[in-house]
Amino acid sequence: MTAAPTSLIPPLGEPRPQPVPVVEETTLPNGLRVVVVPRPGVPLVELRLRIPFAAANARNAGVHAARGSVLSGAVLLGTQQHDQTRIAQLLQTHGAELSVATDSDRLVFGTTLLPGGLAPVLEVVAELLTGAGYPADQVDGERDRLAERIAIARSQPSTIARSALAKRRYGTHPYAIQLPDADLVSAVRAPALRRLHRERVLPAGSILVLVGDVDPRAAADAVAAALAGWTGSGKAVEPPAVTELRPAGIELVDRPGAVQSNLRLGGPAPARTDEDLPAARLAAMIYGGYFSSRLVENIRERKGYSYSPRSAIDHQRAASSFLVEADVATEVTGPALLETLYELGRIALTPVTEAELDAARRYVLGSMALSTATHAGLASTLSALLGVGLPADWLRTHQQDLEAVTVEQVQQAAARYLAPEALTAVVVGDASRVAAELGALGPVTVSGGGEEA
Amino acid sequence: MTAAGTELTLRHPVERFTLDNGLRVVLAPDRSVPVVAVSVYYDVGMRNEPEGRTGFAHLFEHMMFQGSANVAKMEHARLVQAAGGTFNGSTHQDYTNYFEALPAEALERALFLEADRMAAPAITEENLRNQIDVVKEEIRVNVLNRPYGAFPWLQLPQVAFESFANTHDGYGSFVDLESSTVDDATDFFHRYYAPGNAVLCIGGDLDVAETEQLVRRWFGPVAAREVPPLPPTGEPSPTTVRSAVVEDRLITAPALALGWRVPDPVGDFDTYLGTVLLAEVLSEGDASRLERRLIHGDRTAIAQSSYVGLFGDPFDVRDATLLTTQVHHPAGVPAEKVTAAVHEEIERIATDGVDAEELRRVQARTEAQLLQQSDSILGRTLSFAAAELVHGRAELAGELAARLAAVTPEAVQAAARGLDPGTVAMLELRPAGGAR
Repeated sequence: MTAAPTSLIPPLGEPRPQPVPVVEETTLPNGLRVVVVPRPGVPLVELRLRIPFAAANARNAGVHAARGSVLSGAVLLGTQQHDQTRIAQLLQTHGAELSVATDSDRLVFGTTLLPGGLAPVLEVVAELLTGAGYPADQVDGERDRLAERIAIARSQPSTIARSALAKRRYGTHPYAIQLPDADLVSAVRAPALRRLHRERVLPAGSILVLVGDVDPRAAADAVAAALAGWTGSGKAVEPPAVTELRPAGIELVDRPGAVQSNLRLGGPAPARTDEDLPAARLAAMIYGGYFSSRLVENIRERKGYSYSPRSAIDHQRAASSFLVEADVATEVTGPALLETLYELGRIALTPVTEAELDAARRYVLGSMALSTATHAGLASTLSALLGVGLPADWLRTHQQDLEAVTVEQVQQAAARYLAPEALTAVVVGDASRVAAELGALGPVTVSGGGEEA
Repeated sequence: MTAAGTELTLRHPVERFTLDNGLRVVLAPDRSVPVVAVSVYYDVGMRNEPEGRTGFAHLFEHMMFQGSANVAKMEHARLVQAAGGTFNGSTHQDYTNYFEALPAEALERALFLEADRMAAPAITEENLRNQIDVVKEEIRVNVLNRPYGAFPWLQLPQVAFESFANTHDGYGSFVDLESSTVDDATDFFHRYYAPGNAVLCIGGDLDVAETEQLVRRWFGPVAAREVPPLPPTGEPSPTTVRSAVVEDRLITAPALALGWRVPDPVGDFDTYLGTVLLAEVLSEGDASRLERRLIHGDRTAIAQSSYVGLFGDPFDVRDATLLTTQVHHPAGVPAEKVTAAVHEEIERIATDGVDAEELRRVQARTEAQLLQQSDSILGRTLSFAAAELVHGRAELAGELAARLAAVTPEAVQAAARGLDPGTVAMLELRPAGGAR
């Protein structure tokens, strides 16, 4: 492969300074943290309210996940003052539509809105936080739809693969649950949601982020006026500590007739607060984190095995993960896993080049700048960072840390986190066609669980 | 016109010029963040594919990332990403686009890369075979190995339309893909990738005069070629109900798509705007007509959505196109029951209209969504480029919020009258072996 004559490729100009967001922070007497970031751009405000929502322990994790997922839809079903339609209309008047989502760590209310609607939208949010009614009949309808949606999601091979990997890594820890159990969902009733709301939808530990066309003082006043009455008492619940099981060999989830196999590898990665993170992040990038990576060049652009092989570091509150994913044609399953493992071994044992490191570093810095260059992107990023206890200027210090990473540090991080030995393997595919060749790469355990494909 | 609409129109002025080789250039400066977006839109999409070459527009899009006269394989990605930028391309019904979002200091590099492949992409046997394999994996991921894969965009047009241009599989059959040759690709490039058949749109942190110079330096030398005439893709309006049932062996719960022909998105734009808002009245959010009826009232559906344009963007398509209502419903609910309720709700709007307050709310929501999309430099640049290519006026993208805010309840009522149950195209997706 020859590079173009360097004279023809235009050099990069001088980088222009990134605007630094001004973050105004207050804490209400009820414990709610309020973070306001005025920003030039379109006349909109982005709202994110993040509420800690982890399962307290493994024993109740399944029920908690089921109830939490129903609650995230049912909280919008009405209050003493307004029914569901009227709430949606009140929001829509200001360009808003609340989305409410849960995962194993938190419950998040989010919307965009026209700037003039800040006070009335906050009032609707407050009304839901303090007075969601969970009308029994409508809760039943919401629950039944959710159970149907879960059944549909469980037929998706990517969902089957993600669930199998989480279960294999985490066993009985709440993080093993990627999608609530449909039977547990079907058992949810309105009184349980009212109780869950009372016990867990609390201002303590919660963070409200507003980004965009806002005046910080006026916004903080509007928040204080609307949300002062949200007073539920209690402490935020953190997820229990994680122990990875690290089982050896390959779990093969049988999906008879599948035309593709879904390869998934996962293992521990440094947390956002860990000093290893910058180097590990760059190692994951060079391995398979972007198009210019080794894995993409190998199994896509040279061998044509896969459309979008990828790797990434994913953060949850109590565990961070290095993950590798590739969906490959059934007939090349063994060779594709071989190349995936080969590239992991190579990066774990031999140094990356300075050019690879510089390219990955510039890409990470550039894509961080792009992803926080919109109201919505900055609001979601800040909400996630503050929610795990990081300061708002983490973005800036993390950039500095990335700048300083050396080839040696990347190799140390790769040896620790990217070595094939450190990773748990799951393949979803047609066992009758792929089990034998996967057996050449490690002991294979076949499990059911994949629907007939 | 609302305040925000006015502001958006004024805040993003558009400059344009045309090179001697025919390339249309649109510049949309905005110096608030040090980011630029570069996009090239070629006026060729899935609807232009010849018979026997289904999926070729998309396969060719992949070939444009395989290097060019002065750029080795993988180097395109490296040169963009090592500058801190991101890139992609996508194939649509009426165009194929390529784009980068980068730190402002990488602007000239992106222009070099786009000009180099506009002049001479590396169309080789080895690259073609490799990308045929990659595209087949893409189709397996998104269609063959995925429940509801490509529903309904691959199947509904076959029911709704007549011509090959409008009905064929735009992802392509494996037979057509595998039989593609280097000569096919070279011919396709010469015919459709002429500079005069493209729009270059650059948005973000740029100086207009300086950027014009850079554009002339890199794109000026690309030789002019003949530009193919725009093929007509309109069709006579249907006069009957057409329907089909497709079995999907990967699904457990059925789904349903209803499609109606809508006014010409370009030639009859004002009428078309009424249809665009009708889709929002029908399905956007908990206050919408079909959410209230199907989800919360009848409880006959799991999820519903209505949208205009095959891929959900009403402003980047030419005639003929559809308003599609898509519903996932439990296996125990017959499709006819859902269909009847949808027709009833549309009939209610056709007869009684929408009240001004309801429409005002929907317009506020639509405005917020348009603003949100245009908050990203890349999103805004792509909207400008599509408006220039499809509507001949990039400025239209900045005016949409205001144009939609001016639509009257009567226009939405008229749009509902156009969704005649007697001319609907219906597609039922059922679990293989009958509903379980």
